Amino acid sequence: MKIHEYQSKELFAAYDIPIPRGVVAATPEEAREAAETIGQFPMAVKAQIHAGGRGKGGGVKLAKTIDEAVSHAESILGMTLVTPQTGPEGRRVKRVLIEAGLAIASELYLSLTVDRETACILIMASASGGMDIEEVAEKTPEKIIKVRVNPLAGISGYHCRAVAYGLGLPPAAIKPFLKLLPALYKLFVDYDCSMVEINPLVLTEDDGIVALDAKVSFDSNALFRHKDILDYRDFDEEDPLDVEASKYNLNYINMDGTVGNMVNGAGLAMAVMDTIKLAGAEPANFLDVGGGATAEMIENGFRIILSDKKVKALLINIFGGILRCDILAQGVVAAAKNTRIDVPIVVRMEGTNVEEGRRILAESGLNLFTAVDLKDAGEQVAGLVA
Amino acid sequence: MSIFVDKDTRVVVQGITGKEGQFHARQCLDYGTAVVAGVTPGKGGQKMDDVPVFNTVRDAALETGANCSLIFVPPAFAADAIMEAADADIPIIVAITEGIPVLDMMKVKHYLAGKNARLIGPNCPGIITPGQTKVGIMPGVIHKPGGPIGVVSRSGTLTYEVVFQLTRQGIGQTTCIGIGGDPVNGTDFIDCLAAFQEDDETEGIVMVGEIGGTAEEEAARFIRESVTKPVVGFIAGMTAPPGRRMGHAGAIISGNAGTAQGKIKSLKESGVHVCEELGVIGELCARVF
Repeated sequence: MKIHEYQSKELFAAYDIPIPRGVVAATPEEAREAAETIGQFPMAVKAQIHAGGRGKGGGVKLAKTIDEAVSHAESILGMTLVTPQTGPEGRRVKRVLIEAGLAIASELYLSLTVDRETACILIMASASGGMDIEEVAEKTPEKIIKVRVNPLAGISGYHCRAVAYGLGLPPAAIKPFLKLLPALYKLFVDYDCSMVEINPLVLTEDDGIVALDAKVSFDSNALFRHKDILDYRDFDEEDPLDVEASKYNLNYINMDGTVGNMVNGAGLAMAVMDTIKLAGAEPANFLDVGGGATAEMIENGFRIILSDKKVKALLINIFGGILRCDILAQGVVAAAKNTRIDVPIVVRMEGTNVEEGRRILAESGLNLFTAVDLKDAGEQVAGLVA
Repeated sequence: MSIFVDKDTRVVVQGITGKEGQFHARQCLDYGTAVVAGVTPGKGGQKMDDVPVFNTVRDAALETGANCSLIFVPPAFAADAIMEAADADIPIIVAITEGIPVLDMMKVKHYLAGKNARLIGPNCPGIITPGQTKVGIMPGVIHKPGGPIGVVSRSGTLTYEVVFQLTRQGIGQTTCIGIGGDPVNGTDFIDCLAAFQEDDETEGIVMVGEIGGTAEEEAARFIRESVTKPVVGFIAGMTAPPGRRMGHAGAIISGNAGTAQGKIKSLKESGVHVCEELGVIGELCARVF
């Protein structure tokens, strides 16, 4: 789960990680109040959306007066901000963060992530801050400092010194950095983060260290023990169909194609999307109904897929293991009764109770195309949308 | 022969009195698995059907000689259950649980290092040696005993599809193992490839991967250096959009890393017969093996 910059900085403040003085505003009036409170120039007005690259899309502006800050806020609030990470549809800006400017000596990069191969927390740092870290990693990998921390042992002084000296920090900045990094690590493990990124981390002219930006995301599997973080969730930043699906414990991702599909199991669901593509069509979604799907979940899955108006045909592929084919068939029949289905449906079923499932579908009177195997299913559904 | 589990495997089911634990313990028993004990704290002394239930894994192991654990404990308590099994000297631990926090699994991984415990999963369908024992949630009937093919996969139902096609072609399996779809797991592709390479009855291997991480690339390197048996590979997620988690916590393309195209390229360069269309993997296997 992702959160906004201003929310990340609230967490930073709670862990004594230095941040610029800032106030969040949702209206031009609030922006004026915020600018007056800050009262220090230059002042930054920053759009609050989950995607990065905001500066490139005109979502970050500097002001030298309060009036200028307000006028920037007016133009940014409500705008649809398109950045390299938002996709062409962009994101509507609901809030701006107004911050005091800093006397910047240099910009650094610092992040904590999960290194899945070593099961360690990976600290990455670079003296080339402000830039796309993937670009730095590709062009000059030697400029990135990597330190891995075993989560059973936790972070130690030598980890922090390796990063501090690796960055070539001036002597006066070493001490504040050695205080900042363990605090950041503590935040990471306390909240089950999947990423904490500061880009740029600013070295100020008076040798201070300040997090100019803040990006924090969380392991969705661990949210059950961080109920306070759930209050930070911004549903407007997520695809409405994805949000609707998550209410019913369905794993759904909306995509651009015309073939809707419903599958049990994430790996098989991906493989079915690939099958649709290979057959010459494009998948409209990813939908994993999971191992323990009920007839009700199948029905909701149906409704969500069909509420995407791009969908011209539907492919259902179920390999009955825990999810029995008769349960699936009941769900399909119930959905067909309660929802107006105006697209053709191809069904492919195999596994537990498949005979009973086929019987239920055959006796339902629904207009279904039955596929003999996966390849056949892909070809039939691609033929229907061609 | 087989890898990791066989007819001598004696299973303790952790979480046996829960809905899933009970259902699948019965399914395993029906298949012929020696389910010798269950564990549910607070229910020691009871029975699930004819299976004795204990409060701790150590009690269960001492009383029944269990040498394999099958875990259905909910995500919040699953890391604890895995460590308890390892501490009771259970050598094979199969964790079915989906949704364990990654930080918990990172700690478990380091905790298990140096211990005589092999973790399979979590977030996996388990392991089956057809005709001998089923330690997991896969439908037993789709498998064909006797080999000669070993199957290793990061997925559940996708594995069933592959096994189903193998069986339909008349190709049996030595052992089928799901290593799980989480970013941090126990047994990896390389462990399984090495075991299948050593196993006399296994003549060929099917490896089913998906987007995310670098496990397939590392497996490809291992195959090039150390596997002489033929390998058929499949990678799911060619059409997956970057930055989105495709159901499995581990199935996510980050930047340019973890794409299906990159993995397929690595496998091909290692001489793996890569199947690009799942619907015909059975036919491809029939040609290769």
